[in-house]
Amino acid sequence: MRRMPHDDHDHPHALLPPEPALRVKALETILTRKGLIDPAALDELIDTYENRIGPKNGARVVARAWTDPEFKAALLADATPVVADLGYYGRQGEHMVVVENTPEQHNMVVCTLCSCYPWPLLGIPPGWYKSDAYRARAVREPRKVLADFGVTLPKGTSVRVWDSTAEVRYLVLPMRPDGTEGLSEDELAELVTRDSMIGTGLAGGPS
Amino acid sequence: MSDCVTHSAPEPVFAEPWHAQVFALTVHLNETGRFAWPDWAERFSATLKRHGLSRELDGGDDYFYAWLETLEAVLDEDGGALRGEVSPVKDAWEEAYLTTPHGAPVSLGR
Repeated sequence: MRRMPHDDHDHPHALLPPEPALRVKALETILTRKGLIDPAALDELIDTYENRIGPKNGARVVARAWTDPEFKAALLADATPVVADLGYYGRQGEHMVVVENTPEQHNMVVCTLCSCYPWPLLGIPPGWYKSDAYRARAVREPRKVLADFGVTLPKGTSVRVWDSTAEVRYLVLPMRPDGTEGLSEDELAELVTRDSMIGTGLAGGPS
Repeated sequence: MSDCVTHSAPEPVFAEPWHAQVFALTVHLNETGRFAWPDWAERFSATLKRHGLSRELDGGDDYFYAWLETLEAVLDEDGGALRGEVSPVKDAWEEAYLTTPHGAPVSLGR
């Protein structure tokens, strides 16, 4: 019979992790014993995704595109090698495609398959990106979803939704906010939120 | 869709340590060539779809439950970790936690 984690605060023994955590530990143990994985590599991966890869990478790319027309042209033409040059490399072999917001068209990214996402540029997706609600509604009623995020677009702006896959992951190049002409690239990067690069926010807006 | 309006709160990259562990394990196995990422995504997507039939998934614990279930199935099929192997090792970990004094590092007997 399975013993359940107890609720008292006097633990005579180590706190029992939740059941799925034990299942993961079991897989790790077996694969390590068979020499199929390197436990140190797992720690390294977790550290990378928790501390070194995140939306700041994407923000740097966007700020650069706002200030360097040649870079922007190259990025929109074929983003994968351009961001690889900056050290943002798709470890799962995916291609990254950058789609540009304009006054005429706002872009929004979803993955209806599971949660494909440009990890090297944005890190691990937030919970809502992985939810059924977002995955279904982003395609069906994108303007309502945008409203939930506090984004209201001018009537003349169309919305295009891009469905990421395991092979192709999209990043939105948001519009540069007005009145930012004097800012440096680093200062501009501060205005670029994660949501603005998914298309559920605008740069310079609430983060 | 309240999930979408609470997005401004800061959130950890992984809500639970085991989410990070099962993620890293899967990425590592892909990087060592055990399976191709598109194949993984297809399997995982099928699991999500199946789970989503009975309830709406919120993208948190339920997402990583589906992830873990997929990985267990893949490893059972390719022989990396058969279900029959996993169960006793999981029980051994549970026993180790329950018999290790609080505060001491937990490890398997062998």
